[in-house]
Amino acid sequence: MSKSPSALGLRGRVAVRALRVVNATSRGLGRGSGTVAGGRVAMRIDEDLFRKLFVGRTVILVSGTNGKTTTTALVRAAIGGDPASNLTGSNMPAGIVAALSTNNSPTCVIEVDEPWLPTVMNAARDASRRAVVLLNLSRDQLDRASEVRQLAQRWRDHFTSIGSSVAWDVIANVNDPLVAYAVEPAAQVTACALPTPWHGDAISCPHCTKPIHFDEGLFGSWWCDCGFRAPHPDVLFDEGVRIDGVTYPLSLQLPGSFNAGNAAVAVAAAQRVGVQPSESIPRVNAVEDVAGRFGERMWKDQKFRLLLAKNPAGLAALISTVSEGSSPVVVSINANVADGRDPSWLYDAPFERLRGRTVWCDGTRALDLMTRLFYAGVDVRLTDDDPLFPRGLPSGEIIDVIGNYTAFAQWVKKSKAC
Amino acid sequence: MGEKEQGVLKVAVIYPELLGTYGDGGNGLVLVERARLRGYEAELISVTIDEPLPDAQIYLLGGGEDGPQRRATEALHTDRSIAHRLNDGALLFAVCAGLQIVGISFAVEGGSRHSGLGLVPLETVRGEKRRVGEILVDVDGRDLVGFENHGGHTYTHDAEPLGVVKRGYGNDGVVDGVYQGGVIGTYAHGPVLAMNPWLADELLGHSIGHYLEEIETPADRLYEARRKAVRHSPRTP
Repeated sequence: MSKSPSALGLRGRVAVRALRVVNATSRGLGRGSGTVAGGRVAMRIDEDLFRKLFVGRTVILVSGTNGKTTTTALVRAAIGGDPASNLTGSNMPAGIVAALSTNNSPTCVIEVDEPWLPTVMNAARDASRRAVVLLNLSRDQLDRASEVRQLAQRWRDHFTSIGSSVAWDVIANVNDPLVAYAVEPAAQVTACALPTPWHGDAISCPHCTKPIHFDEGLFGSWWCDCGFRAPHPDVLFDEGVRIDGVTYPLSLQLPGSFNAGNAAVAVAAAQRVGVQPSESIPRVNAVEDVAGRFGERMWKDQKFRLLLAKNPAGLAALISTVSEGSSPVVVSINANVADGRDPSWLYDAPFERLRGRTVWCDGTRALDLMTRLFYAGVDVRLTDDDPLFPRGLPSGEIIDVIGNYTAFAQWVKKSKAC
Repeated sequence: MGEKEQGVLKVAVIYPELLGTYGDGGNGLVLVERARLRGYEAELISVTIDEPLPDAQIYLLGGGEDGPQRRATEALHTDRSIAHRLNDGALLFAVCAGLQIVGISFAVEGGSRHSGLGLVPLETVRGEKRRVGEILVDVDGRDLVGFENHGGHTYTHDAEPLGVVKRGYGNDGVVDGVYQGGVIGTYAHGPVLAMNPWLADELLGHSIGHYLEEIETPADRLYEARRKAVRHSPRTP
């Protein structure tokens, strides 16, 4: 680290050196991407390391159930250069410490696992400039994660406790009532109205539990009889990114209205830390692949586009993206620990919108998926039943594959970028 | 089904905005689709908390977080109609938090006790730990498979349980659920009727009033695959 030795101190420097050794060893042994183990060791050597690594840097944190990795990539692009980032997706403290110690850029763009947000914000209190992007909150990996309303409450409590003592620019998707609830006590909020097609966890008011009323449409607002309602947006996506009343056109490579929303919030976040839309937008437009997602890939002479959805809200967004076509779709569902061991959530996703299409069911829980789709009235096939798969798919077309976490990773592994 | 023969089979999902944490709405979908596959007219109704319970032959209660569970119970107390409807022959199928709601009382996070609907003599206290994992229940010689995720320990008292726990925890590690007086409940949460087509058909047969013809669906393969998988899962989570 060229910049930080004085901020790190002797103990911090020893810790960072240990981190690099452990991570290099861990990568050498082929144990994962080698970011977490070293981070843990380093924090044990210097408990204050996490805070020290942020000192004097510009920090943008990105959190929320869906879109963290993509939005982190878009914010990085918007900022330009090579900010310190946890690109491997290790989004808890050990992984973040590793990312911060291996890149000494004055800017950090960090994806944060939702329950860890207060901890990471606290560690970043001595950064020179602080922004946090909050995308959405919905059910995810339910058999192990805490309940989503408790998460919203935890974020809210954190904003209440810091008040205006530490200045944070909060860039929040207020189309999600749970996010709006969480940021209500925050001092400096940029309210963004992003496409949020799934409200399954916010149909009862976080203040009073009465039903929340939603306007139709992706950009619709919402209100509760108790008076809690969507704040007026400072940023929205409408023929472009509209920030504080000025519209900047976008022409993205990434598909889907949800990615347009992610791009809008990335441009807004960059603007809040001093990078103007005229600079950031061309770079955001150029992003075409995020960790294997969205780009074209080849497997067994067939072209595919890989899409990741880990929960009902993510599936709802992708289903609306792919439902415009007519080609067959592959959906691949596993229920390993990282996926959540219970695929009940398939019944919360609007698969009915794929009626009229053929869906190939894949993954270790393909039968759960096939049953779900059968009841939705969708034409289903099982990849396991056809030893020749993917032969027989329309070879000139790019076939969409929607996978959940480990299923998606398997598809990335077996396919090649093209 | 007597005078219902010409009518429409109505399945009502109660307060899905509060009790629908784990895809529980799937149970309603499965019931109406399996009725339709046999040529019956069927209607799926979602009842929100500001509406009175409509007429239906089958009511469904899903799972939910502590606050919504309490609020749903209060609303059903206020509505007051569910007990009469069961007396008149309707069925109530309750999973997870729904199972706790139909009992005499339940405790939520922090240990505070709340009155249930008192439809069956179950009593739920906070268990020593959260039970998360596969569950397999022997229901009169037939396997019920599913997934449970709850922090409750339910005293069955003299209620008739749904079955005997072979894998997982259920009410108390010994038995699961309840099957008494029109109330069928289980800790197997979410779309348990999707995974157990025989149970869906049992509820439908009860409502329609006679034996239903066998149908073949992808759910049969799913059921066999899950039975096989769950037999190899830990005895108690």
